[in-house]
Amino acid sequence: MITMPTNNTSTVETTHQEASLVSEAARTSAMETRGIHAWFGKNHVLTNVSLQFPTNSVTGLIGPSGCGKSTFLRLLNRMHEFIPTAAMAGEVFLDGQDIYRPGAAAAEIRLRVGMVFQKPNPFPSMTIQQNVLAGPTLSKTKVADKKDLVEDCLTRAGLWKEVKDRLDAYGSSLSGGQQQRLCIARALAVRPDVLLMDEPCSALDPGSTLRIEETIHELSESMTIVIVTHNMQQAARVSDYCAFFLSEDGPGHLVEAGLTSMIFSNPSDQRTADYVQGRFG
Amino acid sequence: MTTTFVPDTLVKPGRPWRRTHRSTLATLGFMAVAGLSSTGIVAVTGLAGPLGWYVGFVFSLAVLGFLGSFFRDRVVAVDLFATVLICTAFMTVLIPWVSIFYSVIKRGAPAFYKGYLTTDMLITSSGEALNLGGLSHAIVGTLLMLTIASLICIPLGIIAAIYIVEIKGRFAGVVRFLTQAMSGVPSIVAGLFIYATLVILVFHSFSGIAGACALAILMLPTVTRTAEEVLKLVPDHLRAASYALGASQAQTTFRVVLPSVRSGLITASVLGLARVAGETAPLLLTSGYFIKLTTNVREGAIGSLPTYIFSTLGAGTTEAVTRAWGGACVLLILILILFIGARSLGGRNKGR
Amino acid sequence: MPTQLVSDASPDASPDNPVGRVIATEYGPSDKVFRGVITSGAMVSLVVLTLIAGFLLFRGLEIFRDFGFGFITNVVWDPGDGIDKATASFGIGAMLVGSVVTAVIALVVATPFAMGTALFLEFYCPSWLRIFLTSVLDLVAAIPSVIYGVWGYAVFMKYGTSWGRALNEHLGWLPFFSVPAPIFERSPFIAGMVLALMIVPITTSVARAVYSQAPRDQIDAVYALGGSRWSGIRHIVLPFGRSGLIGGAMLGLGRALGETVAVYLVLNLVFRINFEILASVGGNVASLIANKFGEAGEYELKALMASGLVLFLVTLLVNFAATAIVGRTRGTES
Repeated sequence: MITMPTNNTSTVETTHQEASLVSEAARTSAMETRGIHAWFGKNHVLTNVSLQFPTNSVTGLIGPSGCGKSTFLRLLNRMHEFIPTAAMAGEVFLDGQDIYRPGAAAAEIRLRVGMVFQKPNPFPSMTIQQNVLAGPTLSKTKVADKKDLVEDCLTRAGLWKEVKDRLDAYGSSLSGGQQQRLCIARALAVRPDVLLMDEPCSALDPGSTLRIEETIHELSESMTIVIVTHNMQQAARVSDYCAFFLSEDGPGHLVEAGLTSMIFSNPSDQRTADYVQGRFG
Repeated sequence: MTTTFVPDTLVKPGRPWRRTHRSTLATLGFMAVAGLSSTGIVAVTGLAGPLGWYVGFVFSLAVLGFLGSFFRDRVVAVDLFATVLICTAFMTVLIPWVSIFYSVIKRGAPAFYKGYLTTDMLITSSGEALNLGGLSHAIVGTLLMLTIASLICIPLGIIAAIYIVEIKGRFAGVVRFLTQAMSGVPSIVAGLFIYATLVILVFHSFSGIAGACALAILMLPTVTRTAEEVLKLVPDHLRAASYALGASQAQTTFRVVLPSVRSGLITASVLGLARVAGETAPLLLTSGYFIKLTTNVREGAIGSLPTYIFSTLGAGTTEAVTRAWGGACVLLILILILFIGARSLGGRNKGR
Repeated sequence: MPTQLVSDASPDASPDNPVGRVIATEYGPSDKVFRGVITSGAMVSLVVLTLIAGFLLFRGLEIFRDFGFGFITNVVWDPGDGIDKATASFGIGAMLVGSVVTAVIALVVATPFAMGTALFLEFYCPSWLRIFLTSVLDLVAAIPSVIYGVWGYAVFMKYGTSWGRALNEHLGWLPFFSVPAPIFERSPFIAGMVLALMIVPITTSVARAVYSQAPRDQIDAVYALGGSRWSGIRHIVLPFGRSGLIGGAMLGLGRALGETVAVYLVLNLVFRINFEILASVGGNVASLIANKFGEAGEYELKALMASGLVLFLVTLLVNFAATAIVGRTRGTES
């Protein structure tokens, strides 16, 4: 199992302290996967991924395209199963409970593990306000004060100042970066514990990318974030921990994971070193 | 930092989100309760027969699904209710179609005997015993008229499609528009038009050719539209390669484009045929109905499967009605053959 | 190969002042013939359509002149003595109302089922079954109307009659469910039900084509927010596919309006405007033509032409509207 040093330690521990680290990490990880495999039909795309996501941190999933990072992400909020030929093995623990246990309500899990997609997808037939409130509307949860919730989510997403005067405008009238921030606000409205982000900035310009990276940083103080990114520099900027995935003529697997600073400056595996130094990708 | 890999034993793919045995049993139990309740409903109200039970069943399922909302999360309950509604809507709409196929086979079978396909009704009346007479005249008439209609339609349809896609003439938009309009012509109006022109003015009698022309009017839009779709699929670089070799437009069209979509064009034609094979109304007005087997398409009424069905049904007696079902059976088989032919001849080009 | 004719460079042209040169295409002799043949062939559909409309108009004009708007509103269809025009009186009012009534019944019954079937095929059906069911749907769409008519007459009639009776018993206080006499066979209701069965495949195909284009990324977003399959359908697919469903329904309506044989075999042709759909009274314009043409004298034939023209125009309008509405779905969504 790949263990993650927690936020409380500032340097990488030596081997004999790992036992205490493991137990600390186990207590403070919001999500944990054990032995995750994924298939599409007979095609084995992901093998044996065991990873912990410490609470209130940002974990970046990096690696060349096609090595199963997005598939892994979708396993974390039970979106993988929507593909007809999808199959999986292993366990994903949210607060100590396997989200794939028999009788687990997938929809409820998705309320606790939110997702922001690569291409901004606000609902075009809904206003900005309706978009933010879409989560509670869909799950038919009562919201005590709608305006408060909308303002809170838009502020946390870094969009409030720009749209506070036009909450009745349609979601599609915003720019790409604004739309993505609206999607973030929408995901926040159901108060998830974990937020998954699948290359959220890849369709955006550098200015919007920067704003969203700032948003991620602020959000990580109160929630756990897992972000898939192609962009190594972004991973270096935004994440506290990194997990490096690789697919070498077979299913994707986890090569190495740990503090971002260590992954980038002193990785244990040569392949990691090659990737972060741009020798392939 | 250690990296301990769990040894990669052969892990089996699983689908933990799928229905477990327990939930399948629960669903079956759910439906059993609905079945019981439905039997009760049938006993109490006046609903009768298997259809009545089915209505009671659907109603019970709906009510149970609705009640479920009090025990489970509302979103899940609404989803369940919607699933019940949609699946039963589909099942319900299947019932009459199954009934049609079943009736055609069951009620038409008694009409078949050894000579059914080879005898006509010249010396037999519809009310006579079922081992006399047949529908050879109807089959021959239909085949003859379909052939003539194809000979008119298929070249014209392909030409129109070539005009729209290859030549892209000034009137391409107009031709498309009008082809679309033609597909909406009611079949009786096409028959009426041919009646007023060919039957009255030209032939002065019913005629197989007139019938074929009426069918051609109905077939042309289908063939044109399908041919146009098929031609549009030909990639432009194929044409560009041909022009770059110095070929004329005619040569490009005939030697390069058309051969590459041959199977698609065959599908287009056969589908057009299948559509008009069963048209009755235009034939009633143009080729009439005749009980003798004949190949004279120029002058005089001629039999066809749809008009055979129509007129034997009109006779009213039990034997006659059975003959009508027999004709329906043969017609359906013909359409099935055309359909399967279209799929297998052109199947590779048209993907779903 | 078509040669390119390029005009000479203009004397006013200079690097700072570019003037375009005309490039035209001239076709060689074989191509000119080719293009001519193809063009004239394509014009055939144009010619045929114009001929149909024109011929009907030409023959029917006299009727419109003699009866004016009364042709549409009058109920009586009396060829008179066949010789003296003054004894004749033609009106398609009853039949036109009948066409609309049966088609509307078909529409009201068929559309929910078509929507349900399209949703089932697209979102609920397991993929191995879908291909089979789609082929079945195509096959069912090809069942000729005469077979529907035979089935409607011989098999469905008794069910339709008993349903009509039941509707009248329980809901007879509604104006259109009352009947002048307790005879429920061969009613517009039964004809409408048979027509509904005929148009479900058309509407389903169009609806399904549109639903399959619903933006998957938005449906994914709904799922990611904890929505269920129905949530995704209700909030994304149905609004997106609304024009497609309406367009498909209207195409079905067009087909139902022009249907002849199925209605003819099932409905009792009576020349009276009738909104009591459970009563054994009705008709539609197409059946009128089929019924009367055999013994029609010259004047009556012209009346039938005029009827055909009216039917043609109505169906044309409905089909155009349908295509325009369906086209809107494809165009608006990005």
